[in-house]
Amino acid sequence: MKELSYLDYQGLSTGQRIVYNIKKFFCAFGGFFARIGKAIVSIVKSIVFGIGNGAKNLVLDFVKGSWRTKLSYIIMGFGNLTCGQIVRGLCYLAFEVVFVGYTATTGVKWLSKLDNLGDAAAVEVYDAVLDAYTTVHYDDSFQILLYGGLSLLFIFLFLFVWRKNIKGSRENDILKAEGRKIPKFKDDMHELVDGKFYKTLLALPIVGITCFTILPIVFMIAVAFTSYDGAHDGYSNLFTWVGWQNFAELFNTGEGNLGYAFKHILGWTLVWAFFATFSNYFLGIIVALLINKKGIKFKKLWRGIFVLTIAVPQFISLLYMSKLFAKSGLINAFLMKVGILAAPYDFWGNAMSARILVILINIWIGIPYLMLMCTGILMNIPDDLYESARIDGANAVQQFFKITLPYMLFVTGPYLLTSFIGNINNFNVIYLLAGDAKANPALTTSGGSASDVDLLITWLFKITTGTESNYKLASVVGIMIFVVVATLSVIVYNILPSNKNEEDFQ
Amino acid sequence: MSQKTSDKKYKSLKAKQTTSNIIVYVVLIVMAIIWLTPFILIVMESFRCETTMQVGYVIPKQFGLDNYKWLFTNTQYNFKRWYLNTFIIAVFTAVIQTIMVLCMSYTLSRMRFAGRKFLMNFMLVLGMFPGFLGMIIMYKVLTGFGLTGAGSVPGLILVYTASSAMGYYVSKGFFDTIPKSLDEAARVDGATRAQVLFKITLPMAKPIIIYTVLTAFMAPWGDFMFANYIAHNTGDGMNVAVGLQNMIGTASSLAANYTHFCAGGVLVAIPVTILFMCLQKYYVEGVTGGAVKG
Repeated sequence: MKELSYLDYQGLSTGQRIVYNIKKFFCAFGGFFARIGKAIVSIVKSIVFGIGNGAKNLVLDFVKGSWRTKLSYIIMGFGNLTCGQIVRGLCYLAFEVVFVGYTATTGVKWLSKLDNLGDAAAVEVYDAVLDAYTTVHYDDSFQILLYGGLSLLFIFLFLFVWRKNIKGSRENDILKAEGRKIPKFKDDMHELVDGKFYKTLLALPIVGITCFTILPIVFMIAVAFTSYDGAHDGYSNLFTWVGWQNFAELFNTGEGNLGYAFKHILGWTLVWAFFATFSNYFLGIIVALLINKKGIKFKKLWRGIFVLTIAVPQFISLLYMSKLFAKSGLINAFLMKVGILAAPYDFWGNAMSARILVILINIWIGIPYLMLMCTGILMNIPDDLYESARIDGANAVQQFFKITLPYMLFVTGPYLLTSFIGNINNFNVIYLLAGDAKANPALTTSGGSASDVDLLITWLFKITTGTESNYKLASVVGIMIFVVVATLSVIVYNILPSNKNEEDFQ
Repeated sequence: MSQKTSDKKYKSLKAKQTTSNIIVYVVLIVMAIIWLTPFILIVMESFRCETTMQVGYVIPKQFGLDNYKWLFTNTQYNFKRWYLNTFIIAVFTAVIQTIMVLCMSYTLSRMRFAGRKFLMNFMLVLGMFPGFLGMIIMYKVLTGFGLTGAGSVPGLILVYTASSAMGYYVSKGFFDTIPKSLDEAARVDGATRAQVLFKITLPMAKPIIIYTVLTAFMAPWGDFMFANYIAHNTGDGMNVAVGLQNMIGTASSLAANYTHFCAGGVLVAIPVTILFMCLQKYYVEGVTGGAVKG
């Protein structure tokens, strides 16, 4: 649709403006889906072309390459060894030896069982010597999944290194043909602290992220398609692939079923994230404004008092708050003494009071962060803006809504998104505060019980650590959290005005 | 307009300002009371010698250090061990995480290489998975190496630090503000990239280093989710958060250990709070920068 200029927009009546804005919003939305579609098409395209080009280059390198390069297809590092790159060549060769040795001896064994995660279950065998039945273990589905998966990834790694070795050899060919010097080991090392310094710096973080984040997530996604749980732990009872069955259960929305609990908990998670984020945000700004008001003394003292909740480790204040509102806690004792209550009120036992309480206590925890953050940003708002507003007769409330808030929203837009996502995954506040919350029987599923204040993340924790140890369900819930967070981020990111260019400030 | 009326106007403006200031003071005082009360209460209760949970008064009838003594002498809960565990974890996490984050953020801020954008997008997507998701498989693998249960201190250090480079955002935002021309000048003079990092950028990065160390040091004191899963109900492998939660986990243990918990909480809070208050300046710089940059 046609975008109106500022002047045209000002010329519209209020009604026309509303219609225009609604239209604009939905058009932006349509454009957003179109953009996602385009992105998916381009990713698929680049993958297909990438594979095609890779294969083409592989053949071309073989045809055009010297005998060294040709031999490198079979003996890795040959092209390097014969060109004087001894260390590099030996590394390639050693890698090939290790890979072939491993795959031939153990890798094949694991890979062959990967298709149904083992078929020889543990059996009870009569032991004549002991005169008793003993269990003999054969296949372990978990180990098959783990080592089989790693062997599979090892093959991909090998293919990658193999291709790199051929490319390296071909580069040497070209350098030789042009009569230039082929880099020696010493040159490579020097490059690692100079031109290719990024490789040195990134090595450790990337190895860490790969081993402790990427691989576990890949395996857990695989687990979502198996029947892995406490009863089928793979050792005493095999588990196997079940396809989309675990995900299908999420759509079974009858009461007491998984889908019902998921819908219920997801709904509360979003409500919680909304209130937790925006209550803290607005109240935080207001507190910052109050402290920074001209004429208010002891600014440092006020700030220090609020900062105390950040400085004290959260689990202490949260656990203490939780017990403060417990049935036998101080608040109940006080209310009874004053005569407001006759018997202790179970704050955590009632869904509504527990929900309100976690939001209120979260305000207590969260305002200081916002107060600290906003103080700096508020000082950046040019004073003359307020000055001219005051001359035009704007009062404090008008100034807040017309100047402060728009400015803050523009600057901290991305922060609001991260904070919203942080609240979706806010484990500590819910688990430590509402650990005593009564389980809701309607939410009790094959994953164990859950209460009305549980978020998806605490539910995930309870499913994992509960007596059922329903791992397959836990990984499904984990993936669903990812889906929720990713969808929200993509939508908000496309609507936000401040998609700033990262180079702007350099 | 005569002098008189303008004086009057000025005075009424001043009076208005004073009343609004008074309202602000009242609001701030009420809020300060709300914010401080829980901390005052927990300190009071930690000195209370009557160990029952519900007493209905705030100021103890009998002050004493019984609860603190109990923490170090009882045979059931090894508070000393938890404290030591957490301290070791915090120190190692602070050092390793800082190195990881600096490596990642400096590289992404300063160097342009093939795959940089991809790496950043990939980490963004990866960060959308709940961190706990991979724990099931990680627990099994770490158990294979004996790094869970009683040996969970090195296990937890690994879990906290290995992928900590994914939290590079604040730090990268800081490096982005250091002018690139400085690097280029040094490069023209023949310095290698490594020399630029160690001789020019790092000395200027003190605030962000302190911020990273501070946040990395404080996080293990409050982590419950990972620590609980890795320690797996083994007393010797717990950190303070899991240990103290365990101490008041059931209704009966809550009734018996409530004041002990308060004392433990105070002991944990004191060093962390003092450290934070001293380095507050750097923390504020970090969060403000992080919020603006997103």
